[in-house]
Amino acid sequence: MSIAVEPSAGPTTVTQARRERLAGVLQGYGAAIVLVLLAVVGSVAFPTFPTLSNFTNIVTQSSFPLIVAIGMTFVILTGGIDLSVGSVFALGGVLAAYGSSWGGIVGGLLLPLVVCGTVGVVQGFLVAYAKMAPFIVTLAGLLAVRGLVLAVTSGGSNTPLITDPALQALGQSHVAGVNSSVVIAIVGVIVGTVLLTRSRGGQSVLAVGGSESASTYMGLPVARVKFSVYVISGLCAGLAGTLNAAYSSSGVPTVGVGLELSAISAVVIGGTLLVGGRGSLIGTLAGVLLLSVIQNLINQVGSLSSSVQSVVSGVFLAIVVIFQTVLSRTQRL
Amino acid sequence: MTTTTSSADQLPVLEARAVTKRFAGVTALDSVDFAVRPGESMALMGENGAGKSTLIKVLTGVYQPDDGDLLLSGASTRFAWPLDAQKAGVSTIYQEVNLIPLMSVAQNIFLGREPRNRIGLIDFRRMYTDARTLLDTYGIEVDVRRPLRSLALGIQQMVALARAVSINARVVIMDEPTSSLEAREVETLFSVVRLLRDQGIAIVYVSHRMDEIYRVCESVTVLRDGRVVQVGSLAEIPRVELVSLMLGRSVDRVQRSGATAFGATHSSDAPPVLVAADLSRKHQIDGIDIQIRPGEVVGLGGLLGSGRSETLKAMAGVMQLDRGSVTIDGKAVRSGSVPAAIRAGIVMLPEDRKVEGIVPNLSVRDNIVLAALPRLSRGGFTSRRNQDAVVDVFMKRLHIKASSPDQVVSELSGGNQQKVMIARWLAMNPKVLLLDEPTRGIDVGAKAEVQALIDELAGEGLAIVLVSSEVEEVVEGSARVIVLRDGSMGTELDGAEVTEQHLLAALAGAAEPMNSAPERPGEGR
Repeated sequence: MSIAVEPSAGPTTVTQARRERLAGVLQGYGAAIVLVLLAVVGSVAFPTFPTLSNFTNIVTQSSFPLIVAIGMTFVILTGGIDLSVGSVFALGGVLAAYGSSWGGIVGGLLLPLVVCGTVGVVQGFLVAYAKMAPFIVTLAGLLAVRGLVLAVTSGGSNTPLITDPALQALGQSHVAGVNSSVVIAIVGVIVGTVLLTRSRGGQSVLAVGGSESASTYMGLPVARVKFSVYVISGLCAGLAGTLNAAYSSSGVPTVGVGLELSAISAVVIGGTLLVGGRGSLIGTLAGVLLLSVIQNLINQVGSLSSSVQSVVSGVFLAIVVIFQTVLSRTQRL
Repeated sequence: MTTTTSSADQLPVLEARAVTKRFAGVTALDSVDFAVRPGESMALMGENGAGKSTLIKVLTGVYQPDDGDLLLSGASTRFAWPLDAQKAGVSTIYQEVNLIPLMSVAQNIFLGREPRNRIGLIDFRRMYTDARTLLDTYGIEVDVRRPLRSLALGIQQMVALARAVSINARVVIMDEPTSSLEAREVETLFSVVRLLRDQGIAIVYVSHRMDEIYRVCESVTVLRDGRVVQVGSLAEIPRVELVSLMLGRSVDRVQRSGATAFGATHSSDAPPVLVAADLSRKHQIDGIDIQIRPGEVVGLGGLLGSGRSETLKAMAGVMQLDRGSVTIDGKAVRSGSVPAAIRAGIVMLPEDRKVEGIVPNLSVRDNIVLAALPRLSRGGFTSRRNQDAVVDVFMKRLHIKASSPDQVVSELSGGNQQKVMIARWLAMNPKVLLLDEPTRGIDVGAKAEVQALIDELAGEGLAIVLVSSEVEEVVEGSARVIVLRDGSMGTELDGAEVTEQHLLAALAGAAEPMNSAPERPGEGR
């Protein structure tokens, strides 16, 4: 004779349900809202901020980390993490330069994508099939790939240049007034969003992040899904590195240090849960732009030293994470 | 009701032949035969640790049998993954709802096989329509776009069932599907189960609840210690015999032993060892007074959310108090400090064994000595010999069934895990033992053992506070019962007053008016 009464899992009151829904909206679109507010405030405060050339500059500079963050969003949505993207980004740039020197634009695209994709394949295999912790696997990837970059550039002293005109054009030409990388990044966001929300594979990504054990029991191909996101992330980081090298006409071996952290920050600021299961690429887009705008506004102030810039970014990130946590609790996630 | 009497002549849709499964030397299934026919509802029964879960996992492709065969409609088959079993039409409803809380009802039903339009994208409109049609079939009304987590557990369970059935299921395995459902939801579930059975779907039903088994099943397979001890029609097996088969005890002994294993209830005239006065914490408990004498078992009654667990946590130092004091033998215990409470001799067995109790990856030995380590070590180091002495004593005394002290505790059955937990706290030589639902989720036999142990410990002079949702456990186990009401003191029952009727009356008196909406514990007071 049990007298226990199970509490309902549902919202207790209408107000609570409304509060939860509001928190969900804030979590998803908070970054976009703050981005707009910040842009308005910045436009009022700094006359040099709301100019076409400044905005072009912001979106161009954001396009490379955005492509990296697209891949990162997929990884984080499964509850994983990819710390190797900064190193893979550098590798992509260096290999694009080498590849284009003998193979033109085909070699300049194929070589970095194949190698960076292979990095993703190895990491994905170790995480998904050998069931190793993503943090450790990709930390090892960060170190090993950075070492590889140094190895192929004589310890980083050699900066291979991109002279192939077609590859240069890919990185430097303009479409509708913006750099081609911006177009590629936007296309990436759109394609990724369609994949995530409208394809079976994308739904599986969200399901695996939402509950890995439930996904297993529901017969979803959990390992294949986890494997795929690391390959996607490797490809995205390699492509971003290639485009960045094409943009600057050189494969600089020291780029991308700490890029993994800003990519993760952007994804989390964009409302993707670090535990996985919920998030969007639109949010990631807003997150990347937000970080760039903050950086830009700090530059507008001019009097802040570069070390203080990091402090401001760090404090801002901390505030966002606290905010996200509060929102998650409000929604009882 | 049984429209499918002919099912016995049919070929089993799913069959296990001489299936054996071993884990690290322990044989979980020993040459088990199991078969279920179309339209048959087969109860799978046994104590915890009898091998039910293992058998289910073998049938659904989670585990591979070490030996023996699986047959699907007479043809030998092999499920390498759960997906293989699902594709073959074997679906499972688990005890805990195994769906994705953040996704919508419709997404959960169609995950992995969403309807797609011509260009391969998911057709959400059709998915919502199909989901609604499917749920309508079973009389479940719910907005299929709502995220699953916003629904009551009962509805979530129905969604899981709908998903399972819609995958062209030929066999549906239900593992304690009602353990988190309310009575009304159980009725809905049963009507769905009958509907499925009439459609010719085979049901394998696992439950500890006898009432349910006799209501929805026609035949039964009883497992004990990894072996099949009985297969047959439920109509020919009386309840008492079923219990005796599960326990491996003779029928007349089961009949004599009453509802619980408690002997005489323990009261005492000694001065109280623990005096808790005016325990209060905002929104949770308010002015709780409790005194316990050595050798006394005091029951703490109350409905869910009445503050039972919170009162225990306050006494054990787990919860910070706003007001009030706890004294042991007249000496005050610092509030809100677990180490202080343990030093004073107050220990607590938490309600949720898995989350707040055992460390699943540690061995039996490590789990037992965990709390006692400071006492067993000198200068921060501890000798294995000291540990072994303690572990040995408690493993024998509490009859902990493990292959060795080195066995990982998560491999033990629920009852044995609970005993490991009790051993951990007894190793601290406590004066007061606080038990929060000590027999929840463990099988009948282990339950009786734990109850007998509580009896024995009280007999040795330990002061015990018992929280249980089971009325007969509180009544038969306690000398006194303090009934809490909405976080504050309600009725106290003493001696002859401690009867089921009195307790129910006290609880009923403590309940909120029937028409008020149920509140979540700790909220909105």
